[in-house]
Amino acid sequence: MTFRSTFLVTALSLALALPACLAAAENIKIGVAGAHSGDLASYGLPTVKAAELVAGDINARGGINGRQLELLIEDDACKPEIATNTATKLISMGVKVVIGHICSGATKAALPIYKEAGVIVISPSATNTELTLSGDYPNFYRTIFSDNVQARTIVDFTINDLAAKKIAILHDKGDYGKGLAEFAKTYVEEDESVELALYEGVTPGAVDYSAVVQKIKRSGADAVIYGGYHPEASKIVTQMRRKKMTIPFVSDDGVKDDTFIKIAGEYAEGVYATGPIDVTANPIGKAAREAHRREYGSEPGAFFDNAYTAALALTNALIKAGGTESEAVARVLRTEDVATPFGALHFDDQGDTTGATLAIYRVVNGRYVPIR
Amino acid sequence: MAAPNVRLTWGDTGRALLTSLWFVFLTFPFLAVKINPAEQTVLWRWPNLIHVAVTTFLLSLAACLYRQYREARLDRKTEDDLPVGHNPLHLLWTRPGVRLPLLAGASAIALVFPLLFSTYQTNIMITALLYVMLGLGLNIVVGVAGLLDLGYVAFYAVGAYSYALLNLHFGIGFWTALPLGALLAALFGILLGFPVLRLRGDYLAIVTLGFGEIIRLILENWNDFSHGPSGIANIPRPGFFGLDLSLEGSITYLYYLMLGLVLFTVFVVNRLQNSRIGRAWFALREDEIACQAMGIDKTRTKLTAFALGATWAGMAGVIFAAKTTFINPASFTFLESAIILCIVVLGGMGSIIGVILAALLLILLPEYLRPLADYRMLAFGTVLVAMMVFRPRGLISPVRRTYTVRGRTISDEPA
Amino acid sequence: MEYFVELFFSGLTRGAIYALIALGYTMVYGIIGLINFAHGEIYMIGAFTALIAATVLSLFNLPLPALLFLSLAAAVIWASAYGYTIERVAYRPLRGAPRLSPLISAIGMSIFLQNYVLLAQTPDFIPFPALIPEFAALEPYAGVVGSSDLVILLSTALIMLLLSLFIKFTRTGKAMRATAQDRTMAALVGINVNRIIAATFVVGSALAAVGGLLIASHVGQINCFIGFIAGIKAFTAAVLGGIGSIPGAVLGSLILGLTESFATGYVSSDYEDVFAFSLLVLILIFRPAGLLGKTSTEKV
Repeated sequence: MTFRSTFLVTALSLALALPACLAAAENIKIGVAGAHSGDLASYGLPTVKAAELVAGDINARGGINGRQLELLIEDDACKPEIATNTATKLISMGVKVVIGHICSGATKAALPIYKEAGVIVISPSATNTELTLSGDYPNFYRTIFSDNVQARTIVDFTINDLAAKKIAILHDKGDYGKGLAEFAKTYVEEDESVELALYEGVTPGAVDYSAVVQKIKRSGADAVIYGGYHPEASKIVTQMRRKKMTIPFVSDDGVKDDTFIKIAGEYAEGVYATGPIDVTANPIGKAAREAHRREYGSEPGAFFDNAYTAALALTNALIKAGGTESEAVARVLRTEDVATPFGALHFDDQGDTTGATLAIYRVVNGRYVPIR
Repeated sequence: MAAPNVRLTWGDTGRALLTSLWFVFLTFPFLAVKINPAEQTVLWRWPNLIHVAVTTFLLSLAACLYRQYREARLDRKTEDDLPVGHNPLHLLWTRPGVRLPLLAGASAIALVFPLLFSTYQTNIMITALLYVMLGLGLNIVVGVAGLLDLGYVAFYAVGAYSYALLNLHFGIGFWTALPLGALLAALFGILLGFPVLRLRGDYLAIVTLGFGEIIRLILENWNDFSHGPSGIANIPRPGFFGLDLSLEGSITYLYYLMLGLVLFTVFVVNRLQNSRIGRAWFALREDEIACQAMGIDKTRTKLTAFALGATWAGMAGVIFAAKTTFINPASFTFLESAIILCIVVLGGMGSIIGVILAALLLILLPEYLRPLADYRMLAFGTVLVAMMVFRPRGLISPVRRTYTVRGRTISDEPA
Repeated sequence: MEYFVELFFSGLTRGAIYALIALGYTMVYGIIGLINFAHGEIYMIGAFTALIAATVLSLFNLPLPALLFLSLAAAVIWASAYGYTIERVAYRPLRGAPRLSPLISAIGMSIFLQNYVLLAQTPDFIPFPALIPEFAALEPYAGVVGSSDLVILLSTALIMLLLSLFIKFTRTGKAMRATAQDRTMAALVGINVNRIIAATFVVGSALAAVGGLLIASHVGQINCFIGFIAGIKAFTAAVLGGIGSIPGAVLGSLILGLTESFATGYVSSDYEDVFAFSLLVLILIFRPAGLLGKTSTEKV
C-alpha cells in the first residue's frame, strides 16, 4: 500500500507526459529552470517569457535545420534541494541545454549534475563569483556580471565619485547580499585612503531598522553601501531620511527595481544603484521589449534583458553548431560574437561575457537615470 | 453496507445559501478587487464572486450530506467514543491476511523502483525516504515521548554541516561522516535537552524553535566557520568501494542506501518503542508526574529522547548533504521543522507505518502537484487542514501492545 | 547618552509593534491553549484589507482622517470575519482531538492564507500609503522619535488598557476568563463556551488588524508573507511574558524589542535574533512559565 499510491500517481503523470514526448521526438529541447512560483517568482518568470519570445521567433522561421525548439519549463523555487530534482528531471527528459537557474544557490546545487550529463547551462541572473572563477563548472555561462565586478564598481564609484572617506557596508545576510558585501568590504579595506566605518548584516523581514540606522549615524559614515534586495533597502533608506540623514546610499542590482522607487517614494530620490546597462536605445533590446508588450500586454520584469541575451546566445550557438552536441555549442559560445541587447558579445574561458554590461543609476524625479 | 437515509431539507439549503453569502463577503476585498497601489488603479473582478458563491454553496451542501451520512452510520456516536484506530486505513492495515501481502508488495515495488522509473522519479523518492527517516526520528521525541520540538531542523543542519565541513577540511568520506554526523547531532540534542528539562508543553516548543533559529543564524553569520549564506559546494556523493559512478548509477546507489537506512531506522525505532526506555517515554508522554512517581528517571528519559531523535536527523543531514552536493543555511528554516512535525502528527503520533505513509504523502504530493504552480501550496495548506479535521488522530493511530492473560485481553491503554 | 536614548526609543517602537500582534496570540492561547500560527496571517489580512480599502477610497478624494478611519474599520471588520471563520472551519471541529492536531491545522491554515492572498493579489512587495499623518510638532525630534513611532506607542498603551478593562469588567470578558480557567465548569454555569471562544478570536483578530494598519503604514510596504516572521516574534514575546497573560504579552514584547535594539546598537545586528532567543531561554530557565505567567501546580 505504501508504494501503490505513489505508483498510481507516477503512472498517471507518465501517461500525461507521454504523448508530449512522442510528438516532440525531433524537437530540440531547451530547459528553462528557475523560480516560477512563490515569492521569488517575479525574478524567474521574465526569463521564461524571454525564452518563449526567442524560441517562438526561431520556430516561426522554420526552426534549426528543420527542427523546432521546445521549451521544458521547470520550477526550482530557488531552493538548492529542489534544483537538484529539477536538474535530474530535465536530464531525464533529454535536455542538452538549459537557460537558468535564477538563484546562485540553486545553480550551484544543480551544476554538478548538469556537468556530469554534459549539459550546457546559461544563467541570466546567478551572480555568485565562484560559479565562473572557481573553474569547477566548465559547462556554465552567464549573461550577468559577477558579484566581485559589481562590488568593485560600487566601491570605486563611492570612493572616487562620491568622495567618501568613511564607508558603512550593510547586507541582508542572504546569499546575494552578503556575498556582494564581503567583496565590497575587502575592496574598502584594501584602499588605505578610506575607512570602513561599519560592517553589519540586518535581519531581513524585520519590522523596523531604526537601531541599525542610529548605529550608522553614530559611526560617522559619509556613505552607505548596501548589498541585498529592495524591500529592506527601502525600509533602511526611509528611516535614514526620516531621521534627517542625507548621506549617499549606494546599492546593487537587487535594488535597481522600479518597485523600490514606488515603495520608498520621495525618500528614494538620490539613491544610487548598479544594474545592467540601459538597453532601451539598442535596436534588439527595443524590439524585444515591444515583442513582450505585444505578447503579454505588460512591461518586462527583472533580468528580462539578461535572459533575452542568454536565449539569443544559446540559440545562435545551436544554429551555428547545427545541433546540441555540447563541444560544438561550447566552441561557438566562446568564440563567435552574437548580437544581443547588450551589443555584440561572446563568453570568455570562464563563462563570463566579454564587454561591459554594468552601469550605475541614480534616482532622479522618481526614475532610475543612468549616470555612467 | 446499506445506504443510510440522507436527504436535504429546505433548511439545509437555506443554511448553505447563508454560508455561501458569508464567503462572498469574506472574499470580496481580495477576489473582487485587484489593486495596483503604485499606479493608484483598481480593477474590479465581479465574476470571481459568482464562482465563490456557487462553489461554497455546493460545498456546504456536500458537507451537510456528509454529516447526515456519518451521523446515520455512526448512530450518533462521535469519533471519541469509538475504539482507537477506527478508520478504514487502520482497519485495512490490522485485518489478518492483509498486512503480509501488502508489505510484500510494497517491498517488491521498493526494490525494483529505480529499474522501473527514471532517475528523476528515483531522485524524488530518495527525498521522500529522507523525510521518512526524519519523521521517524522526530516521532521518537514528539510522538513517543510527547516533547513538542519545533526546532528539529537544527539537528538536520548539524548533520549536513558536519559532513560538508569535515569533508572540506579533513577530506573525511561519507561513511566516516555518517556516524560522526549522527554523534554530533546527538551531542547537540543533549545540549538542547539540559536547559529545557524543566519546561513543559508549549514553553518547550518555543525554546526548541529558538534553538533551531540560533543554529541557522550562526551558520548564516559565521563566515569563517560555515562559509555563510553562500554555502558549501562540491560535497562528494557516497562512494561505492572506490568506484566512480555515473550520475544515474550514484542516484540508484543512493536510493538503495536510503532504503536500507530506512529499514534500519524502522527496525531500531520499533525495538526502541518496545524496550524499557520506550515504555518510559510513553509513560512520560501520558503523565510526567505519575511517570516520576513510578521511579522513572525523568532527566535521563528526556535526554535520551532528545539525543536519539537528533541522531536520526544527523544521519539524514549527512545524506542530504551528499545528495544535493551543495548546502546553505536557507535549507534549514523553521518551515522545514513544521513539515517534519506535520508528518509525525498526520501519520498518527507514535505510529511507524503512519509516519511512513504521511512522509510519502506530504513530500510526493507537492512534487507531483508542481504543474499547478502557485496553486500547489494552496492545495498543500488545504490538505493539512482537511486531514486534521477529518482524521484528527492521524492516518493510522498507533496500536497499543496488548497482552492475553487466560483468554482475557489486557490492553495497556492508560486509564 | 543620546545614543542610548535613541536606541531605547527604537526598541520601544519595535516592542510596541510586537505587542500589537502578541496580544491576540496570548488571548487565543489563554482560552484554548492553541499556538495559533495563523494569527500572523490575520495581521497580514488586516494590513491588506486596509490597503485595498485605502486604494479604493482614495478614488473618491477623501481627506486623510476619513481615509484612515474607513480603512481601519474595513481592516477590523474583515480581519475579525476571517478570524471567526478560521476558528469555525479549522479549530472548532478539533475540540477534544489530540493536543497537536489543532497546531497542524493552524500551520495548514497559515500556508493556505498566505497563498490565497498571493494568488488573489500579488506575491510582490507593494507600497502602503502613509495613513498616519506627520506631526509638525515632532519635527525637531525627528532623529529620536517619528510620528508613526509615537502613534504606535500610544495605540499599544491604549489598546492594552482597554483590553484589560474589557477582560476585567464586561460580561463577555468575565466569561472569557471563566472559560480560560476551566472550560467544563464554565459550560456548567451556563456560559456558551463556543460563542465565547469565537468572541476571543474576533477580538484578537480585530487587534491584529489595528496592528496591521499601523505597522504597514510605519514600514511603508507589505506582501503576503509578512505575517510569518511577525507571528513568530510575537509568539516569542508572548511566551517570554507568560503566555495567556495580557500585561505579560506587552512586557515580553517590550523586553524583546529593547533587547534587539540594544544588541544591534552595542554589539551587532548580525546576531540580533540570537540575543533575543538566548534571552528567552535564559528567562525560561529561571521562570519556566514566563515573567508574569502563573506556574500551575499539577495534581495526579
